[in-house]
Amino acid sequence: MMESFWRVLLLQDHNTRVVMAGACLFGAAAGLAGTFLLLRKRSLLGDTLGHATLPGITLAFLLAETFGISPRSFLWLALGATISGVAGMGAVLLIRKTSRLKDDAALAIVLSVFFGAGIAMLSAIQQLPGGQAAGLERLIYGNPASMTSGDAWFVLLASLLVAGVCGFLFKEFTLLCFDEAYALTAGWPVRPLDALLMGLVVLVTIVGLQTVGILLVVALLVIPPAAARFWSDDLRAMALVAATAGALSSLVGVVASALLPGLPTGALIVLSAALFFGVSLLIGKKRGLVIRLLLEREASRRLRREHVLRAIFECAEDGQPVVTLEEVLAKRPWKKNELRSEIGQLADDGLLTTEPSGTSFQLNGRGDSEARRLVRNHRLWEIYLLTHADVAPARVDRDADLIEHVLDQRLVDELEDLLDEKARERLVPGNPEKKLP
Amino acid sequence: MIWTELDTWIVVTGALTAMACAVPGVFLLLNKQSMLGDAISHAVLPGLAIGFLVSGTRDPLPMLVGAVLAGLFTGVVSGVIERRGRVETGASLGVVFCSLFALGLILIRIAADHVDLDPGCVLYGALELAVIDSAAVPRIVWQSGAILLLNLALAAVFFKELQLAAFDPRFAKASGIPSGWIQQGLTIVTALTTVVAFESVGSILVIAMLIVPGATAMLLSRRVSGVLFWSLVVALCSAVLGHLLAISAAPAWLGWLTGRQDLGSLSSAGMMAASAGGIFFTLLAASRLAQRFLPTLQKRIL
Repeated sequence: MMESFWRVLLLQDHNTRVVMAGACLFGAAAGLAGTFLLLRKRSLLGDTLGHATLPGITLAFLLAETFGISPRSFLWLALGATISGVAGMGAVLLIRKTSRLKDDAALAIVLSVFFGAGIAMLSAIQQLPGGQAAGLERLIYGNPASMTSGDAWFVLLASLLVAGVCGFLFKEFTLLCFDEAYALTAGWPVRPLDALLMGLVVLVTIVGLQTVGILLVVALLVIPPAAARFWSDDLRAMALVAATAGALSSLVGVVASALLPGLPTGALIVLSAALFFGVSLLIGKKRGLVIRLLLEREASRRLRREHVLRAIFECAEDGQPVVTLEEVLAKRPWKKNELRSEIGQLADDGLLTTEPSGTSFQLNGRGDSEARRLVRNHRLWEIYLLTHADVAPARVDRDADLIEHVLDQRLVDELEDLLDEKARERLVPGNPEKKLP
Repeated sequence: MIWTELDTWIVVTGALTAMACAVPGVFLLLNKQSMLGDAISHAVLPGLAIGFLVSGTRDPLPMLVGAVLAGLFTGVVSGVIERRGRVETGASLGVVFCSLFALGLILIRIAADHVDLDPGCVLYGALELAVIDSAAVPRIVWQSGAILLLNLALAAVFFKELQLAAFDPRFAKASGIPSGWIQQGLTIVTALTTVVAFESVGSILVIAMLIVPGATAMLLSRRVSGVLFWSLVVALCSAVLGHLLAISAAPAWLGWLTGRQDLGSLSSAGMMAASAGGIFFTLLAASRLAQRFLPTLQKRIL
């Protein structure tokens, strides 16, 4: 076991080297192209494309003898796959353009109809004597081990081409993904770019036939980019993560299949990608579930602390600087235990001084200035929302240290004047007999 | 061409299954969930395999349970990925069903040592073999007929709710219709139909019949009840046409196209899916032509 493991890992067989290089490059190319596909919200196009290649493959297989070509030649089958893949994509566009049907319906129609036609022809091939259909099975379920070095060169060149074009036109594709309308008005060749991107996806699909097969080729276009979403918001980093994830999944899958003979390689590659996705979903640096949970807890803790400080300040404002627990408790629907522990925390942090009795406490110098800042910001923002909500509510940023950091000084002065008026109104209620001017 | 009793049963089974799929399919189409059928039929594979591994037989019940659970799992997990990762619907669906399908392929390969189970059969179906049965009416006919009746009954009972949840989920919610539950119910019915059909006709016919008849019917009618009716008609026609072509014309065409004489009859399930596509594209072209030429024709006549 160990021996064969090292044999695989150290690339001692020529065949392993070829298969591994091909599979890894395909994974990286699929990750790259899939990133743009994901951002263009067309991930499942890969699924339709993969299925749509079947009729072309079977037809090419049946026609091979007529043209005097070996029906096992991957390049010949790939040609058929390309033609029918492009035809499938054309059919999707046609349905979208000429009917009221939505994108998803067009994808599902083309997928099932093309695949059905392919299955019908495949059934004819399966009845042929001599078990010739086995050569096609490897394209449906994927079997990189059947790659010849000629096939591997094709995979290599095609993957490099995809990676090269993606790298070279990175900026253009980014614009296409994020703001197609702007790109169009700015005079970019949007349609040719779109066609080129789709062409790259077709190429990746064809390359993937041999590695993961028709049914799972979409997996490597979708899973690595979706996993990369959890690691970064920056498109460059995302593309890099997706490409790496694709290559690594292929590597792990091929190694695993060398160690576990009999299990389908394509499925193992996809499972490795799924594993990577699961890990990203949990601990991804940007949006992973764990990091989100931590951030949410941190935010709610800070909010509670601010609420407590403000409540204490307001109690002190109304009466004595020394405040009891009951007074604060009356301010908000708090749980007594939570409030008590938060107050203890504040005292530990040196913002409160607790009276010896333990039930009442007072803001000290630092606590007072912190609470004052919070209350001032809070009240000014409220006034701002009351007076300016119709103009620019989006500018409200309650997390800003000081309201002055967001709004300019004159506006803040104005708000403070308004606040003073409000305070006076509250102090001395207006005469109810007197008519308002 | 020789027509036997078996051919009749193949057409009957195919038509019943196709119509059973068309009913939930119309609502999937209206909900913009067309790819869900494809996703579920891939995702149920590990459910089937685990059912086989646990029960050790081809008993349909554990299979059914496993597959329905797998279908629900797909819906729920892809929802979580969509919300948490802010990945769009299609991609999150893709992640889940691809992973499950890969898992299923591996499990089936492991299970193959214990149970006779062929992934190819699950995918493409073996309609021609499934109808061979000692009973007067093959079991599979009863089975697909039952699921058709169930789907029709559910659609009739929940027609208003399904329609509202599809067109205006917010209004549906505001007027007290639990559109979330309606959606889950639709997923369950789709999974159930998929699994029942799976065993007999294979997943490809299911994926096609969930969407293509409904889409064709949308070219013919603008009312949901009309779309439902026409989708049943299209499903029936594609089943009949598909089998006829599979045993007669299609092998001849294919032979002519490729210059080979050694081709036998084609897979009926595959041809049924392909004929549904043929009907769809013909009607699409016809409706476009009608839109273009009818006004001028009317003018000339008047």
